[in-house]
Amino acid sequence: MQAFTTMTGLVAPLDRVNVDTDQIIPKQFLKTIKRTGLREGLFYDWRKQKDGSQDPAFFLNQPRFQGATILLTRDNFGCGSSREHAPWALLDQGFRCVIASSFADIFYNNCFQNGILPIELKPDEVLAMMKDVLSTPGYQLIVDLGNQTVTTPNGTTCRFDIDPFRKDCLYRGLDAIGLTLQHEAAIAAYETRRKAEAPWLFADLRS
Amino acid sequence: MAAQTLFEKIWESHVVRAEPDGTTLLYIDRQLVHEVTSPQAFEGLKLSGRRPRRPGATLAVPDHNVPTTDRSVGIADPLSAIQIRTLEENCRDFGITLFGMNDIRQGVVHVIGPEQGFTLPGTTIVCGDSHTSTHGAFGALAFGIGTSEVEHVLATQCLVQKRPKTMEVRVDGTLSELCSAKDVILAIIGKIGTAGGTGYVIEYTGSAIRALSMEGRMTLCNMSIEAGARAGMVAPDEKTVAYIKDRPLAPKGMLFDRAVQAWQHFKTDVGAAYDVTVTMKAEDIAPQVSWGTSPGMVTGIDQRVPDPRTITDINQRQSTERALEYMGLIPNMPITDIKIDTVFIGSCTNSRIEDLRLAAQLARGKSVATGVRAMVVPGSGLVKQQAEQEGLDRLFKDAGFEWREAGCSMCLAMNADVLQPGERCASTSNRNFEGRQGAGGRTHLVSPAMAVAAAVEGHFVDIRTWK
Repeated sequence: MQAFTTMTGLVAPLDRVNVDTDQIIPKQFLKTIKRTGLREGLFYDWRKQKDGSQDPAFFLNQPRFQGATILLTRDNFGCGSSREHAPWALLDQGFRCVIASSFADIFYNNCFQNGILPIELKPDEVLAMMKDVLSTPGYQLIVDLGNQTVTTPNGTTCRFDIDPFRKDCLYRGLDAIGLTLQHEAAIAAYETRRKAEAPWLFADLRS
Repeated sequence: MAAQTLFEKIWESHVVRAEPDGTTLLYIDRQLVHEVTSPQAFEGLKLSGRRPRRPGATLAVPDHNVPTTDRSVGIADPLSAIQIRTLEENCRDFGITLFGMNDIRQGVVHVIGPEQGFTLPGTTIVCGDSHTSTHGAFGALAFGIGTSEVEHVLATQCLVQKRPKTMEVRVDGTLSELCSAKDVILAIIGKIGTAGGTGYVIEYTGSAIRALSMEGRMTLCNMSIEAGARAGMVAPDEKTVAYIKDRPLAPKGMLFDRAVQAWQHFKTDVGAAYDVTVTMKAEDIAPQVSWGTSPGMVTGIDQRVPDPRTITDINQRQSTERALEYMGLIPNMPITDIKIDTVFIGSCTNSRIEDLRLAAQLARGKSVATGVRAMVVPGSGLVKQQAEQEGLDRLFKDAGFEWREAGCSMCLAMNADVLQPGERCASTSNRNFEGRQGAGGRTHLVSPAMAVAAAVEGHFVDIRTWK
């Protein structure tokens, strides 16, 4: 996984609440057996007009937001289906950071597995940034994971909270499975103890 | 020992190790796998040279992409076919049990787990699918995960977790006739909102919950994720034990007796504290119909479509306006005036035998309204077989419903069962998001009873007074 330390990036605004993962990446793109190439499906239905042509008003179709690496959005982003295709599609489009006033749990968790930093800011901070992004061409933010800050072009700094373990894994780009496997002895000891307590949990489903 | 909640008991019995900051390595007893969210996990194992730690703790089934029509002709969509073949190959390569597309035991992953006796009280269960919360009906801690974590569990049988908070949702009283678990959970989501449960595990308590059958509890827990909670649960009782007994993968004989003894432990102690408690009265719950594009946009059948002009919160007003535009509804119109084109009875929420029995009895001697297409998709091959033995398929077919093979089908329309743009559907599934059942499709979430009545009348009706 790619490490995340600091970044300065162009911000793209998605001024909606409750954006679900069916909108982020519709079902027809879930038939892939790969993690890559999902950009084409990102916000697929919202990018198009009723006649099937691209909607020039949708933010991802606007020239000024091309090359954006930070997505700014609102409450409960990523609700619904657990599909990890949602962060994969965002990553494929170039987003390394998503800032929202709140996230759904599974999506939030999936971001960390893919080197994307999800940042929860206060609703008024998000609203102020949303207003500025729309009125300021080339609006960029500086994200500093180490110091847990987001800094706006006018120098305002917002602090964000993040779980220390997740922060460390993302900051160093650690392999989560490799970390767990370092505790092999503890896992084996747990299994031995549980097998004695609750042997029915260790029945082999293959037999 | 201090009084504990059901959740706390399950959590504590699965801690492999805990860091001082609360980061916990949690043991996962069992995993379910389907074709959509697993290929990249198996690919990850192959690339890193890792093997599943306990292949015998995982059960796999294709469900999202399978056709619900004659399967002997194969799958028309080449991408769907590749995904299902990939699952078969991965299960073969890694030694994982698979119920293939033509196995009678095949079905929606959250239907077959309980049906096979895979789902047991006091266990931790995961699946790369948000509706894994369904299994909480047995007093299990069951939650959906992403594909990276599917790989993590395959490789280590563990997940790194932070302990969630606990929410009690207490529903006391008696539901009115033909009001169901589906109406209860929709009313709960309407009350607490689609993010109300974020960061929590919900335990459903109260006399109305106790009165639900096991299948009703599955419907209830299934939609916990629609309230933002990754897991929902009901403490096991004698109904739970009776349901599990003699199922193929359930413990047998003395081991079963020992397990039943151990399951007595899995209930919330008197005096244990939840972080939050929400209460509702069963008598206040009318049959529910969703009118918008989020499961929280829901109301009683005796109500009207909301009027955005009366909503003071600007965010809520804008999202209501947007939802009504997408749904093609007029503010203040009675819910009973909404006409439908399609009816879908199925999904991991409502496709079990009790759902089909009730729906078939209501359809008996009736006819689907002219111009309405209605389909019934059983939750598994075994549910289908059972229904046919009971003659339910005849009741459906005689009334003009299509009777299909088991799968996820039109709940998310990954197979050929898709709504056309603008088409309006009364659906017993769990999500009414934009385009969920097909681009431009309009979904109204309802119970199976309400779906049958809508199919017959061509519009929504109050099942409590429907003749």
